[in-house]
Amino acid sequence: MRRELHALVLALLGGTLLKLAVTGDYKNYVKVGARPYLIAASVVVLIIAGISLWQAVTRRLAADHHGHSHGRLDVAWLLVLPMLVLLLVAPPALGSYSAARSGTALRAGSNSALPPLPDGDPVHLSVLDYASRAVFDHGDSLRGHHVTLSGFVLPGGDGGWYLTRMVITCCAADAQPVKVGLTGTLPAGLKANDWISVTGSYADRQDKDPVNGDPIPYLSVGSTEPIAAPPQQYES
Amino acid sequence: MTATVPRADVSAPPSPPGRRRRPGPVELFVALLVVAVLLRGWLVGWTDSARIQTWLTVFVSIVIQATPFVVLGTVVSAAIAALVPPSFFARALPRRPVLAVPVAGVAGAVLPGCECGSVPIASALVRRGVTPAAALAFLLSAPAINPVVLVATSVAFPGHPQMVAARLIASLVAAVVMGWLWLRLGRSEWLRTPGRPELAGLSRAAAFVTACRTDMVQAGGFLVIGGLTAATLNVAVPPKWLQALGGQPVLSVIALALLAVVLSICSEADAFVAASLTHFPLTAKLAFLVVGPMVDAKLFAMQAGTFGRRFAVRFAPTTFVVAVLSALAVGAVLL
Repeated sequence: MRRELHALVLALLGGTLLKLAVTGDYKNYVKVGARPYLIAASVVVLIIAGISLWQAVTRRLAADHHGHSHGRLDVAWLLVLPMLVLLLVAPPALGSYSAARSGTALRAGSNSALPPLPDGDPVHLSVLDYASRAVFDHGDSLRGHHVTLSGFVLPGGDGGWYLTRMVITCCAADAQPVKVGLTGTLPAGLKANDWISVTGSYADRQDKDPVNGDPIPYLSVGSTEPIAAPPQQYES
Repeated sequence: MTATVPRADVSAPPSPPGRRRRPGPVELFVALLVVAVLLRGWLVGWTDSARIQTWLTVFVSIVIQATPFVVLGTVVSAAIAALVPPSFFARALPRRPVLAVPVAGVAGAVLPGCECGSVPIASALVRRGVTPAAALAFLLSAPAINPVVLVATSVAFPGHPQMVAARLIASLVAAVVMGWLWLRLGRSEWLRTPGRPELAGLSRAAAFVTACRTDMVQAGGFLVIGGLTAATLNVAVPPKWLQALGGQPVLSVIALALLAVVLSICSEADAFVAASLTHFPLTAKLAFLVVGPMVDAKLFAMQAGTFGRRFAVRFAPTTFVVAVLSALAVGAVLL
């Protein structure tokens, strides 16, 4: 019976991961580039599960090999838990709750030779790109341009708002926020975690992040527009 | 769901007539899925808070992220387990135990897999007459220095290529020192020589599939434990507090070494968790990567189950000390 259980658990594992990779929901949990690995792994897992089930049905193997851990809880059961969470609850991408707990994470090293701004008026930039240019380049490459950023909003200290994105390297376990302060007129009734698109220009002002003391640059708001959360919420 | 219910009946063991049959794991599995689907609304309501959702997202992210590595590791190690006879290792090792220990330690590099896979292989080596000291060096080095783990480490630390070399050297040193320590101080009565009949008597193909399946659910199950623990720490421990600890040079090394024991993360995935502990110095992360594959909560349970409790209570704490010292020494030179 152990073999059948393991085969079913593996079928659940492979099926769930394949579903995430096909629908794109995996982007809420891991980096975009993980997709081919997820597909390959789930196909292998489904093949092993399929062969095992087929062996069980045709009874090509004699009695089950009980092997180790008689009567103890089979750790295979534990794999059911994350799969049920993914299929039934589908927790969302990390947002303002995590961002408020962690300090803004601008990595130095991106400061050497920032590339010129992409074309466009306004210029579409990632929050990470804007913040890096504003802090490491003192806004030099931003002055005289209109820029458009999108992200979720996070309440700042004194009634202000930060435009925020979570940045991941591999998966949500290593997610860290990047915050850009907003100065100017914002729509009324803004709530934490609301997604907006902001067009504006560089503002010569910085805050210190209350968590880690790192600089938070500012953007002077020209216009805002409420948007739906994008399919790929993390920057990297 | 409806398709699996009849299957449960087909696969049930032929029970003697007239005896009451307890529900088997397949029936329990189907029942669990049905109950979970029925309770979905309640589950969604219960998890409707930012704190719990963050906990769940981090938990499933670690599992998703690590699964391709676990699958790759178990498939390759199952292929080797099914195709390479253990007697090959006995022939390949030098006769003198003092030399066999470092050779077995280096040989760990050719066996991709995580620590969950190396315990049964080490016990098979002991049964085939390999000197226990060499088998133990292999047990410790294989999960830490094999190519899959080293590639994962280099992917997780894109800015620090020296981390891969540091992990390789520190783990190898710790494994070989532990093998030599066993030669000097170990007693054979501490070691219970185990049996693992799982793959015996199967054809190569059947042994391969069986090894894949068992290793995948085992490694996956322990990965879930690690993911739950890591997610809980992630949400429960304020980042400010970890950051304060990360500033202390010695304390941070001991803290991450203990964290590796508690988290019990598969060696194929631990580099990513280490990389996410951004406020810690590299030497502390190295200690995390050297200790984790050699001694952790789940490995202790597996070693105690395979080699006996008397062995595990002596072996695991000694390994912890040796691994931390090795990480400190190598970190001082390389990082």
